[in-house]
Amino acid sequence: MTRYIIRRLLAAIPTLLAMLTMVFVLVRLVPGDAAMAMLGDQASEASLSALRARLGLDQPIGVQYLAFLRDMLGGNFGVSMSSGRPVLEEVARVLPYTLELTAASIIIGAIFGLPLGMVAALYRNAWPDYVSRILSLTGLSFPGFVSGILMLLAFAVYLRWFPVMSIASDNIVDHLRNLALPALNLGLIMTAYITRVTRSSMLNVLGEDYIRTARAKGVPPRRLIMRHGLRNALIPVVTVVGLYFGTLIGNSVLVELVFTRPGLGKLILGALQARDYTLLQGLMVIFASFVILVNILTDLIYAVVDPRVSYS
Amino acid sequence: MTALLDIRGLTTEFRVNGRWHAAIQDVDLSLAANETLAVVGESGSGKSVTALSTLRLLPQAGARIGRGEILFEGRDLAKLSERQMAKVRGNDIAMIFQEPMTSLNPTMTVGDQIAEVLMIHRGMSHGAALNEARDLLDEVRVPDPARRVTEYPHQFSGGMRQRAMIAIALACRPKVLLADEPTTALDVTVQHQVLTLLDDLKRERGMGVIFITHNLGVVAQIADRVAVMYAGEIVETADCTRLFANPAHPYTEALLRAMPRVDRRADTLEPIPGSVPSITGRPAGCYFAPRCGYARPECGHHPVLGPISGAGGSDHQARCILRAKAEEAA
Ligand SMILES: Nc1ncnc2c1ncn2[C@@H]1O[C@H](COP(=O)(O)OP(=O)(O)OP(=O)(O)O)[C@@H](O)[C@H]1O
Ligand code: SF4
Ligand SMILES: [Mg+2]
Repeated sequence: MTRYIIRRLLAAIPTLLAMLTMVFVLVRLVPGDAAMAMLGDQASEASLSALRARLGLDQPIGVQYLAFLRDMLGGNFGVSMSSGRPVLEEVARVLPYTLELTAASIIIGAIFGLPLGMVAALYRNAWPDYVSRILSLTGLSFPGFVSGILMLLAFAVYLRWFPVMSIASDNIVDHLRNLALPALNLGLIMTAYITRVTRSSMLNVLGEDYIRTARAKGVPPRRLIMRHGLRNALIPVVTVVGLYFGTLIGNSVLVELVFTRPGLGKLILGALQARDYTLLQGLMVIFASFVILVNILTDLIYAVVDPRVSYS
Repeated sequence: MTALLDIRGLTTEFRVNGRWHAAIQDVDLSLAANETLAVVGESGSGKSVTALSTLRLLPQAGARIGRGEILFEGRDLAKLSERQMAKVRGNDIAMIFQEPMTSLNPTMTVGDQIAEVLMIHRGMSHGAALNEARDLLDEVRVPDPARRVTEYPHQFSGGMRQRAMIAIALACRPKVLLADEPTTALDVTVQHQVLTLLDDLKRERGMGVIFITHNLGVVAQIADRVAVMYAGEIVETADCTRLFANPAHPYTEALLRAMPRVDRRADTLEPIPGSVPSITGRPAGCYFAPRCGYARPECGHHPVLGPISGAGGSDHQARCILRAKAEEAA
């Protein structure tokens, strides 16, 4: 197992390098240059070149690239231009909020999506299947922020069950009340997604020869579905949810803005408005590394669920 | 002999392009305890569908048993609920499938898959069932069974999976075993071992075996009686020795001529020209007529399964208009 983990980590290195190179190129593609983007086109030539020197932008491109790689790989993301605090600290401060939101939405998605998908598969082309298909199609075709605004209007403004704006609170009940609406909003999208993947995966599995073998053994229906069906159907679900993770964080960012929740969303918006290019660059790298890490984790879970994946 | 399993008029249909077509029709089979009945026929003749229908294991959508009775110890399985049927499956009647590579659950150890059937029908504890599973693997000649019970199917070769399937099927000592090509994945020596094993078990336990194969050499070795299937129908049934000595149906005759034998050179084999018609394209009249060397205009009527007289009992039957005429004349 340890060796498998090491192998997976090593295999991630090229991806990581490609990602870093892309961030590097993207940042250089900013019209004018980063210094001008930050100081504005009214800035004096002297202050521009001072900033360029500070950012190392006066160096040859190859040198810049190597310095960039060295900094990023060393976890040295620099200091936010707007707040003056280290980028890592800025991100670490808000990341738990975003992670909490994504985790909650995956949990909600699993709680509702797995049973819905299974029922849809078991009652294929009967009314439970149609209902679940319509629900998941609706859930998937609404952009998250649109349904978020609708939910805000309904539950926070009209019914007043939940706060309209999140206010940081140490009280666990308030904390959960703050989390509830955004988590439900993303959770519904997740439910729609997991329902759909579970349904098709379950349908595939139910057609497998080994399900017929289990029936031939006299395995009763409930056990047939749970032990022989679901266990195998979960393998693709885990993979697909893992692959979806990057998109999910992207959605969280939008939803955070709709619900004025602290988190990566607010940080990114702030960085954009302030043209805080070190922060943006750091955010991109951290975010992408995170997605790579989640993909590795998915592979590990996969290896645990599926005995055919060999660790060696 | 009283029948352990008595299948009468069994007709199974599949839905193809929105219409129901019979894959097997009016199949009559009876099996006594301690008897091996071989079902033979080319690919697509309906052997597997017959076995799957008997245990009601057809796909849940797009397949149905149209007519017929499946009497097991006098009880009609066709009328049982799914829950009652589950009590019969794996316990009274077990099946070995034709597809050893895909018929085992990839996320369960082989030991657990054998143990499961014992836990369900015998109410055994997991530990006791696993011990028994190990003994069963030993019984089907899987080497190093103590290690093998903890392994997953992908760690087993095709032949080993086939034996694991056999172990699952035999775990509860069923009264009837439906063995669908149980030796296809095995090399000749192992095939021989497995056949001997099945034969021993049959004798020891008085088990009835329906043995599906297209290998007539195997049939000669193990069968007491033979049913020949063509295009979803039984076209001939007889004692094993009698069938080989006096085939009554032109299709059986053709199968025998196409059979490789040690006393014949390979180049004298006569493969049967043409192929089995699909379930949507069966000809009117005798289904075998397009490939039959004896076909006449009368063969445009669909023949029934009729008795063939001769030494050694009356249970020789064939489905051929010419044979029926010859019988009448005699
Ligand atoms: N699920 C299905 N849907 C439609 N047609 C089917 C289905 N299963 C089997 N058939 C058809 O029923 C006929 C009999 O098939 P069956 O599998 O019983 O043949 P077989 O005698 O077992 O052949 P083989 O020696 O290749 O195993 C074939 O024409 C086949 O195409
Ligand atoms: S009925 Fe006619 S076509 Fe059919 S097997 Fe007999 S002789 Fe051949
Ligand atoms: Mg078959």
